[in-house]
Amino acid sequence: MKKITAIVRQEKLEVLKDALFDADVRGMTINQVQGCGAQHGWKEYVRGNELLVNTIPKVQFTLICADEHVDGIVEIICNAARTGAVGDGKIWVEPVEEVIRIRTGEHGPAAV
Amino acid sequence: MRPSRPHVSRSFRVRCRAVSKIAAPFPFENAAFNNAVSGLHQLPFGSIMSADNVHATKGERMYDTGSTTFMLICTMLVFLMTPGLAFFYGGLSRRKNVINTMLMCFGVIGLVGVLWVIAGWSLAYGGDGSSPFIGGFDQLLCLPVLNQVLQAAEGNAADGAAYPEIINIAFQMAFAMITAAIVTGSLAGRVKFGAMAAFLGIWLLVVYAPLAHMVWGGEGSFIGDIIGALDFAGGDVVHISSGLTGLILCLMLGRRRGFGMVSYRPHNVPFVALGAGLLWFGWFGFNGGSEFKADAVAALAILNTVTASAAGMVSWLAVERVHTGRPTLVGASTGLVAGLVVVTPGAGFVEPWAALVMGLIVSPVCYFAISHLKTKFGYDDALDAFGCHGIGGILGGVLTGLFCVPELSWTGKGGLFYTGDVSLLISQILGIVVTIVIVLVLDLVIAAVVKALFHGSLRVDEADEALGLDASQHGESAYPSFSGLD
Repeated sequence: MKKITAIVRQEKLEVLKDALFDADVRGMTINQVQGCGAQHGWKEYVRGNELLVNTIPKVQFTLICADEHVDGIVEIICNAARTGAVGDGKIWVEPVEEVIRIRTGEHGPAAV
Repeated sequence: MRPSRPHVSRSFRVRCRAVSKIAAPFPFENAAFNNAVSGLHQLPFGSIMSADNVHATKGERMYDTGSTTFMLICTMLVFLMTPGLAFFYGGLSRRKNVINTMLMCFGVIGLVGVLWVIAGWSLAYGGDGSSPFIGGFDQLLCLPVLNQVLQAAEGNAADGAAYPEIINIAFQMAFAMITAAIVTGSLAGRVKFGAMAAFLGIWLLVVYAPLAHMVWGGEGSFIGDIIGALDFAGGDVVHISSGLTGLILCLMLGRRRGFGMVSYRPHNVPFVALGAGLLWFGWFGFNGGSEFKADAVAALAILNTVTASAAGMVSWLAVERVHTGRPTLVGASTGLVAGLVVVTPGAGFVEPWAALVMGLIVSPVCYFAISHLKTKFGYDDALDAFGCHGIGGILGGVLTGLFCVPELSWTGKGGLFYTGDVSLLISQILGIVVTIVIVLVLDLVIAAVVKALFHGSLRVDEADEALGLDASQHGESAYPSFSGLD
């Protein structure tokens, strides 16, 4: 089993969620996050005073899936979240040792 | 000069409300203005104020119910400004300081409400009017009120006044509240709550009340009569005094930690717009009510108020568009408030076109002060009390010296634009300078006393400031959770 973490643009939240639902991927956790990467923020002005916003709000998706589904899901995320401009985000994949469904006590891929 | 307000009874605020009859036609020379005023006469205010409305009972004059109602409503409108300011300031502050910022405004309402009834009113408007600088001690605790109520119940309107004197106590109290609350904007994010309360409590009695007397005390008052400066609704008394006090205190307090490095973004812009809207609405009572009568001048003041604020908003947005490329809601809110401030000293003295000019000028000036002077001199006027109210009030006072219509002037002296005579302009500038000197000297003394009382520091310690004043000073959180578990 693998954990897929994807950090994407805020405006891609709905697009990516719908794309995953369309592919029948059901389990996901979504967080609002802030951070920085290759983009270095932007300027805002308050009453003419410049202020640099250097951490950027993003949306983070976390999914757990069976090993064989990883490539498909990563492809869906890339297609849905890509604009081609700087700041499209990152995806990373980590191994997951164990998954337990609390209601039934099932272990492993059956619990995903 | 208007027949209904002769020079001798120029105790505008308190003593002069001798409404015998509304003067029918205004003897103005300016044709355009004449048309405007006769138009205003067709408004309800104009028609309410007919002589027929002043009934006689037992051979005595009754209060004019139109003006009485108008002043009661204006009192409530001015009161609403301070909770409005709490939202305006609260939205501009940081998330971790919003409760402290709003509580300073609400706390001031409580503090001033108590002190005004005890002594503020008497110090500002009591006494026999013989002192140029201060009222008296004869109305402490507002004790004469009972007598006035009983007199009125018998159908006697004292001195032929248009409405019961009691209304003035509450009306002026609301002015004192908003003035003291404006100061808190400069202190946000680092001041000790108790030190703020102690300072503003003393300030109300030592600075505000005497200043109100000096400007609005009528015959013989220092700034209003001897210097002859015009202040229709509170440029000197409210905006310059509070803005300057904010500047002095923010210099004494020092900057917030990380000023210039950390982003102080307004945490809730819709709060800012809500607060600006409430201030705007309340300001109609502030400027309109400062005529102390429901008449055409009150209507003119209200028209000028909305005109200048609209112009201030438009010019602020235009400046932002040019300077940063984008108009903002914080900018629109700030610009409209700047427009309200600038027209305050001249609301009932100037023509609508002049209010338009005043509004268009004020925003670029305040914008420059806030975006350039503050950075250049490095003072941390957190929510720009000085930048908006101090600068806007000074500008409004000076422009009143240019644009005051001679026939509307309390002193009979018109602005430079109409008369070619600089004497009113000089009086206006002198009034502003005297206000600044008085406020500066007294503020420094009061601040030194309060600082000594609070163990040598007006500000919270560094760890408390970093944690946020809501948690460290009040143990209260504005937004306890993001997940809705509370």
